Amino acid sequence: LLWAVFAGFIAAAVAPWLPSRRAHAWMWLVPAVPAGLFAWFASFIPRISGLQALDFRYPWIPGLGIGLDFRLDGLSLVFSLIITGIGALIFLYANRYFGHGTRLGAFHGLMLAFMGSMLGLVLSSNLIALYVFWELTSLFSFFLIGFEREQASARKAAWQALLVTNMGGLCLLAGFLLLSGMGGSLDIGVLAGRGETIRGHALYAPALILVLVGAFTKSAQFPFHFWLPDAMKAPTPVSAYLHSATMVKAGIYLLARLHPALGDTALWQNVLVACGGLTMSASAWLALSQTHLKSLLAYGTIWALGTLVVLLGIGTFHAMEVGVVLLVAHSLYKACLFMVAGILTHQTGEKDAEKLGGLRRDMPATFLAALAGAVSMAGLPPSIGFIAKELLLSVKGNPGPYRFVLLAIALGSAMAMFHIAAMVAFRPFFLARARLPGRVREADPLFLFSPLLLGFLGFFFGLISWPLSRQLLSPAVSVVLGRTEWVELSLWHGFNLALLLSLITLAGGITLFRFRVPIRMGLTAVPFRTLARFGPASVSIALSRGVMAVAAFQTHALQSGYLRAYLAVILSVILVGIGYALRAGGVDLPALAPMSIPWSDAALVLFMLAAALTTVVTASRMLAIAALGLVGFGMVLVFVLSGAPDLAMTQFLVEIATLLLLLLAFYHLPRLRAHSNPVSAAPSAALAVASGACVALVAYVVMGRPPSRWMADFFASRSLEEAHGRNIVNVILVDFRAFDTLGEITVLAVAAIAVTSLLRRTYAGTVANVSLVFRKAVRFIKPLMLVFSFFLLATGHHAPGGGFAGGLMAAAAYILLAMAEGVPQARRALPLHPKSLIGLGLTVSIASGLAGAPLGRPFLAGVWPPAVGLGSPLVFDAGVYLLVAGVTLAILFEFGEA
Amino acid sequence: MDTLAPILVGCLFATGVYNILRRSLIRVLIGFGLISHSANLLVFSSGGLRRGEPPVIPKGAVLPPEGFMDPLPQALVLTAIVIGFGLTGFLAALVVAANRKVGSEDADALREAKP
Repeated sequence: LLWAVFAGFIAAAVAPWLPSRRAHAWMWLVPAVPAGLFAWFASFIPRISGLQALDFRYPWIPGLGIGLDFRLDGLSLVFSLIITGIGALIFLYANRYFGHGTRLGAFHGLMLAFMGSMLGLVLSSNLIALYVFWELTSLFSFFLIGFEREQASARKAAWQALLVTNMGGLCLLAGFLLLSGMGGSLDIGVLAGRGETIRGHALYAPALILVLVGAFTKSAQFPFHFWLPDAMKAPTPVSAYLHSATMVKAGIYLLARLHPALGDTALWQNVLVACGGLTMSASAWLALSQTHLKSLLAYGTIWALGTLVVLLGIGTFHAMEVGVVLLVAHSLYKACLFMVAGILTHQTGEKDAEKLGGLRRDMPATFLAALAGAVSMAGLPPSIGFIAKELLLSVKGNPGPYRFVLLAIALGSAMAMFHIAAMVAFRPFFLARARLPGRVREADPLFLFSPLLLGFLGFFFGLISWPLSRQLLSPAVSVVLGRTEWVELSLWHGFNLALLLSLITLAGGITLFRFRVPIRMGLTAVPFRTLARFGPASVSIALSRGVMAVAAFQTHALQSGYLRAYLAVILSVILVGIGYALRAGGVDLPALAPMSIPWSDAALVLFMLAAALTTVVTASRMLAIAALGLVGFGMVLVFVLSGAPDLAMTQFLVEIATLLLLLLAFYHLPRLRAHSNPVSAAPSAALAVASGACVALVAYVVMGRPPSRWMADFFASRSLEEAHGRNIVNVILVDFRAFDTLGEITVLAVAAIAVTSLLRRTYAGTVANVSLVFRKAVRFIKPLMLVFSFFLLATGHHAPGGGFAGGLMAAAAYILLAMAEGVPQARRALPLHPKSLIGLGLTVSIASGLAGAPLGRPFLAGVWPPAVGLGSPLVFDAGVYLLVAGVTLAILFEFGEA
Repeated sequence: MDTLAPILVGCLFATGVYNILRRSLIRVLIGFGLISHSANLLVFSSGGLRRGEPPVIPKGAVLPPEGFMDPLPQALVLTAIVIGFGLTGFLAALVVAANRKVGSEDADALREAKP
């Protein structure tokens, strides 16, 4: 079953890549996916009609009780069959609906993915999995409604639908979590068995309301109904699939599914009956003012959904029976009529029913399909729609006070449905022939196949209803009610009240249709329009505008666009944070120990301070860069004096490379301008002094502590014994903490690649006039430097040096060559491209880390084969050497040529 | 050196901060360099800033000489220095690219993207 659900997603991933030419055979493979699934699901009918339920469990996050658990029972089977069956017909239809140049592949992909999510939704028996599929349907419907992305109105409708359904989705998630908390499980089957506990729980009401908001937004119930008519901007196949047969029914499905756990309380009944009833009357009312084919049908859908909600609210066997019949009937006739509307618009280019007329001779087959759908929708015999309406009008056991109100609503809205059916199936085909540009041609058979088949099925099930009721509807009703019930349907109930009411609706519907124009005039009159301005749609628009305005205000307030403003904010926050931590932590400052400061130290510090200050006061860019270099060389001396030869060496080489880099990069730029005057510089200076003082304080506190030596002793005692190295710094880099180093050289590689892609070469470097002595000298020095770099690498494990210093030294050799002979010459002298060096280095380092794998050692564990004297950490260091050389050269060559 | 190090760390940081708050992107880059020196020094000095022996085990011995410097901060700083070079290169490339795009290394010239 997992594969059945994921078949949609897999096919969706494939579909966009199929060639989408019109006549191509590939196109016919797409409807085959849902058709195959339909056949597969249909093969379960015998077992399910024996009231079995099949469970399929696939663990997902077992620790949290979340699983891809699927349950195929009567209810989910009905929905699965609707989803795949109607899906297959709609895919077939869509192949003809879209002309050349549309993104048919993308459309098929989105539709298939939607179908997969929808199947997952109705089959999941785990609340979290259900929620995930629920949100996926919202997401794919967003793309499908906005499929004609060039139209602003389609994009807007898509946003509106997404916002409304996602808001509902969030409520739903909250409701689910409350529900699982009360029932102690995420499994719907388990929850259904604990209905008593849940209904008695204190949190029952909030959980129910949250779940209902989710279901109502999805199924377009009042007051969230407004997104559905707007969503008619979608291509017609989308409307026929999502907005009649599948997605909008998800809310209904959820209510039916949770009925055993949540249903049959006064709150449930009242809310569902009230909202459903309001939805029924509002949609019937609003439908009277519409003339667009698809909008009319959309209001018809909202009416059907409202009716289903009312029926679920009533919750008796009889109500459920009507519910499932109406569900199937509506899916059949509404998809059929949507496709007819699509064909009409496709062939005539007209969306307005009142502007069409007399088409029955030009399009006889379309007329037949429309008639078949409309008879079912209008509730005329012998269709399944008639059975549904008969049953609806005879629903017994309505909650007392509502009874007559509901009956009135049902009567009135059934008339409105008749009106809609007439508008779609009668108006375009009869009456005066409308003036249309060009001759209207009948649609071709493939285009007509799907609506005709659905229309036919409406009659078929009306006449021969027992296979449907016994095999499918009875198990579904039993699931919803939590007890076994048998549905018996028949066309002819004898002369009773329901038949009389049917006749009344028929007469009323004909009257409504006859006087539709004056009614419409009345409804669009001023008082109603002012009323509409306070409707929920305008609330939603105002809300989204408000959110946008707040976002814009906040962005303008926070995003000044000044780099220094951002930096100042960040620094200030850090300062406040550190200041607070120092206060709260109650740091006691170590006493200043009076000690003599060697004059050499004092001189070094003063020299570095002077250099640092120079960068602040100078107006010359070159001087500032040079001063930064002096600070760097001061660092070298600090490292030398403090027993860190590796650092000194590395810093020295990096300092040379940095100086070169900055000079190459900025030599050609214009003079530094004095952008700021002393006044505007004052806040920066204040912030600088404050943060400097803060950092100094931190340094003082850190250094005042008695140094903890246990890590130093740990590394010192194991360096030789376990890692076969005498230079402890290098041992840490390539062995103890090699994973860190691997991460760091990866960062270096990324930086080098970023530099080369930022500076696409503009012109080849020119060789400046370089003295002959220098050029000759470089010829001798370069090999010496290379040999020295190898030496640093080779001895690095035991003496100061190593891959970092060696790689920098090797790079320096080629940089000298570039200075003497030009970058192209240096590039040619290099055995590999710098980028290849980077890749090679990274590969060597990672490969060395795998050396321990055959021995079962972890990644990057050092391996020292006996009697070789060469261990995997040394290979790792060689990789570092190659990478550092590559990175340095890649960056510097790039600047040299830029 | 122990007494002077906090002062040096603080001053390098302060000059660095002042530089990165300037409009000139090159000054921002220089400020970045100063701040990384300051940070390296801070990390390095957490192992004690004094005249000490390098953490290298002499030939024939199994332990480094008495009073050797803590190797861990050194290892951390070593990679930080090299990464600092990579980032300096990246920043410089950004400045050059910005200069090509807007013809200036003035950070305020980049406000085109302001909402």
